[in-house]
Amino acid sequence: MGELNRTALHDLHLELGAKMVPFAGYDMPVQYAPGVMKEHLWTRSEAGLFDVSHMGQVCLDAESVDVAARDLERLIPVSILGLRQDRQRYGIFTSEAGGILDDLMIANRGDHLFLVVNAAMKAQDIAHMQANLQDCTVTPISDRALLALQGPKSEAALEALVPGVAEMRFMDVATLDWNGTELWISRSGYSGEDGYEISVPETQAETFARALLDNPAIEPIGLGARDSLRLEAGLCLYGNDIDTTTSPAEAAIEWAIQKVRRTGGERAGGFPGEARILKELEEGAARRRVGLLPEGRAPMRAGTKIFAGDEEVGTITSGGFAPSLERPISMGYVTTAYAESGTKLEAELRGKRLPVTVTDMPFRPATYKR
Amino acid sequence: MKYTEDHEWLTADGNLITVGITSHAAEQLGDVVFIELPETETQVAKGDDIVVIESVKAASDIVAPLDGEIVEVNEALVDNPGLVNEDPLGAAWFFKIKVEDASAMNDYMDEDAYNELIG
Repeated sequence: MGELNRTALHDLHLELGAKMVPFAGYDMPVQYAPGVMKEHLWTRSEAGLFDVSHMGQVCLDAESVDVAARDLERLIPVSILGLRQDRQRYGIFTSEAGGILDDLMIANRGDHLFLVVNAAMKAQDIAHMQANLQDCTVTPISDRALLALQGPKSEAALEALVPGVAEMRFMDVATLDWNGTELWISRSGYSGEDGYEISVPETQAETFARALLDNPAIEPIGLGARDSLRLEAGLCLYGNDIDTTTSPAEAAIEWAIQKVRRTGGERAGGFPGEARILKELEEGAARRRVGLLPEGRAPMRAGTKIFAGDEEVGTITSGGFAPSLERPISMGYVTTAYAESGTKLEAELRGKRLPVTVTDMPFRPATYKR
Repeated sequence: MKYTEDHEWLTADGNLITVGITSHAAEQLGDVVFIELPETETQVAKGDDIVVIESVKAASDIVAPLDGEIVEVNEALVDNPGLVNEDPLGAAWFFKIKVEDASAMNDYMDEDAYNELIG
């Protein structure tokens, strides 16, 4: 294994007492002294600061942002042309087979598109875009850190440093100044909470993070709590819950594909895997991603098999203990006939069959400021 | 108190051995959220997996440190698994095992040796 990459906040993580682990080629904080449970609950009641600098930041430039949007629609089955200036939208890169190559955020920053992609997939995504986009210059941004500030106290805390963020709504993006430093901010995140993601030049990242942490409402939060927060919010983790073997309809993320890209739409299709993806949007898929509530206290984690009687009908792709709900929760794929909310199934855990109930997600309602 | 390489602690009261996990183990596990204890009156062999312990991070097992019979389990842990993080060496004992010969316990480490192990 090669040397692990370090983010601009690496020294700060060590100073803050983080337990570091390798993640997607980076040495990242999985937790700090309080531990996953307390960090999770803190984020839900106060505000948590996450270093997500391992994620890929990419700019797409073309003659105009519309040209860039049209070009990117070749690879992504989302209406990017319909994304207004200073707005952000969730998207996916699809494969020829109709699977998901990665999920990402796409922002229209006026004169260019700005993407945030998964750390483990960024090299592949960038190569994919460089090979297949015809009108865009693809520029990986390697000199900016990315911080996420999540939780109900985020707005007030960030507004105190960066006036203007309070006016933003969920999925707005803005370029704002902090002490002469240009911040690229979106009101979004991966926790189900209101909050922001902030792209900051690496040279200023630690100073900015310290300024945030000076606020008693803000604590640093590790990747462990990031995972339990997103699971409660019902959000997919690429590589676990979605990958090249799962289609958008199977993954229950049809909502990300606007009408204009569907059959009958003005810009229908024209993306990899369109035949399967569009057909499944009309007719449904053979299996579907659902929430699962285990009965009892035993967490059911990825790989746990799901049964209806003797028939194996699915597998859990993410699962664990939900600190805010004080119970185990899971998500996974089940045969569509068993995907209805309320369906009683069984999971096989350590040789025993235990009851689970299919449920709607999110497990905990999001508190986005729409 | 004696310690195993699996980070369990043992104390003896005659032939009755009480078993828990060390502070170091509890710290490594992180917040414990689920515990499945063995049935009482079961015979166990040294090395058998007899307790399932799950933290927010992962599942792991606790093995029987000696041959014997499980005579009592700490039901309080089932309702309050977090006790393992709060008081691993006291209130969060896992089970009591009745052994033929308590001197078998002496094969395990004393506190100094254990502290050396965990560095």
